[in-house]
Amino acid sequence: MSERKIRVLVAKPGLDGHDRGAKVVARALRDAGMEVIYTGLRQTPEMIVEAALQEDVDVIGLSILSGAHMALVPRILELMKAHGLEDVKVVLGGIVPDEDVPVLLQMGVSGVFGPGSDTQEIIAHIRKVVSLE
Amino acid sequence: MSEVTTLPPIVAAIRENRRALARLLTRIENNAAAAELAALYPYGGQAHLIGVTGAPGTGKSSLVNCMAKAYRAEGKTVSILAVDPTSPFSGGAVLGDRIRMRDLHGDQGVFIRSMATRGNLGGLARTTSDMIRALDAAGFDIVLIETVGAGQSEVEIASAAQTTIVVEAPGLGDDVQAIKAGILEIADILVVNKADNPGVESTLRALRAMLDLGHRSERIMHHGKLMNVPAAPILGEEAAWQTPIVQTIATDGTGVPELLAKIAEHRAYLRASGVQQLRERASLRAEIEERLRDLLLAHLLERVGVAHFQAVVERVLRREIDPNSAAGLLLAESSRDHKP
Repeated sequence: MSERKIRVLVAKPGLDGHDRGAKVVARALRDAGMEVIYTGLRQTPEMIVEAALQEDVDVIGLSILSGAHMALVPRILELMKAHGLEDVKVVLGGIVPDEDVPVLLQMGVSGVFGPGSDTQEIIAHIRKVVSLE
Repeated sequence: MSEVTTLPPIVAAIRENRRALARLLTRIENNAAAAELAALYPYGGQAHLIGVTGAPGTGKSSLVNCMAKAYRAEGKTVSILAVDPTSPFSGGAVLGDRIRMRDLHGDQGVFIRSMATRGNLGGLARTTSDMIRALDAAGFDIVLIETVGAGQSEVEIASAAQTTIVVEAPGLGDDVQAIKAGILEIADILVVNKADNPGVESTLRALRAMLDLGHRSERIMHHGKLMNVPAAPILGEEAAWQTPIVQTIATDGTGVPELLAKIAEHRAYLRASGVQQLRERASLRAEIEERLRDLLLAHLLERVGVAHFQAVVERVLRREIDPNSAAGLLLAESSRDHKP
């Protein structure tokens, strides 16, 4: 009962209106033994970073379907830096054109998982990038 | 703030830095903060600890959101500890209470933390009371503790909080549900939320009838059990607290000022009557006993050796000895002066 659990914030920044994918991922992470803080739709970058700080998460999982990722992700990373959360990993899901992926990884995103990604892949990625202790 | 320099480093850190507080809460949750908890304990005791419990879907999170907003309007700082269940199968959890608390973002006077029960069954996690102590020592005026969606036996909140609010909603059960033992009995204040829904009159009637049936008494936790003690001998007949029923609509904030007024009244009553100390002493005693049990077991295992302990378990399994005699045997062996 005293074991360390991986804590993940799952959030949807921006204005797109459905969170089916985010919920599927949240549930898969739960089934993998992680603690998922689910914050729901239409979160601002400020709300996401504030929640990540208060919840002391290891990973922020973002779902963006609107195409606004090139605006939202840099803003979130910038706020994380301002709050000293550089060690928190960011994982992105949703609709992301292939050519944006290397740019996002370069910015500091740890993984990008588009449509058709296997939830097991996401789980394995998170376990790999979060070094406990 | 010259006083700050005299504070232990951990207390100064969690009062000044929200990240330090968040980090400490994680260590507490992982049972890795004994030294910090010892250092901050003397600096607690100022916050009002308010528990909010009730069945799933009664609107606890939305109500907590409204209460926090109302306390902020009074200029009080608020922290929220929201507990959700851990999956018994995977050990994971989805903690969703923040979804209903989005109005509170961007306010430095509010701190929200979600936690999973991690296998504990009483409505809270085993480390919840230590988390509350950290938030208290961090200087928040109000600590709101939201339990898991509770049924009839998740009553741990009554010993962790000073004022316990039980939230009901129309349409959840008949008057027999209301007279069953358990969660309704721990209420210092009963809230009927969703008071604009049909059926609210019959819910109110059932709850009023339940309260009228009850004897005036004070509830305290004793040996980990909730005990009723007659109120009159301690307090005098008029001084006893009468559980009020407050109607709210958490989606628009109706009734929340009345609820806050009742909470303030209850706090004044707890202090003036001496009941606060009575409850606190009983629940601290139960907590120390529980911690002592854990320590004694660990100590005993160390004395007799885990291998020997397991050998005794095997003897019980073969029905050579019954569990009670086995425990007596192990205790006798541990107090004997021998090397395992």
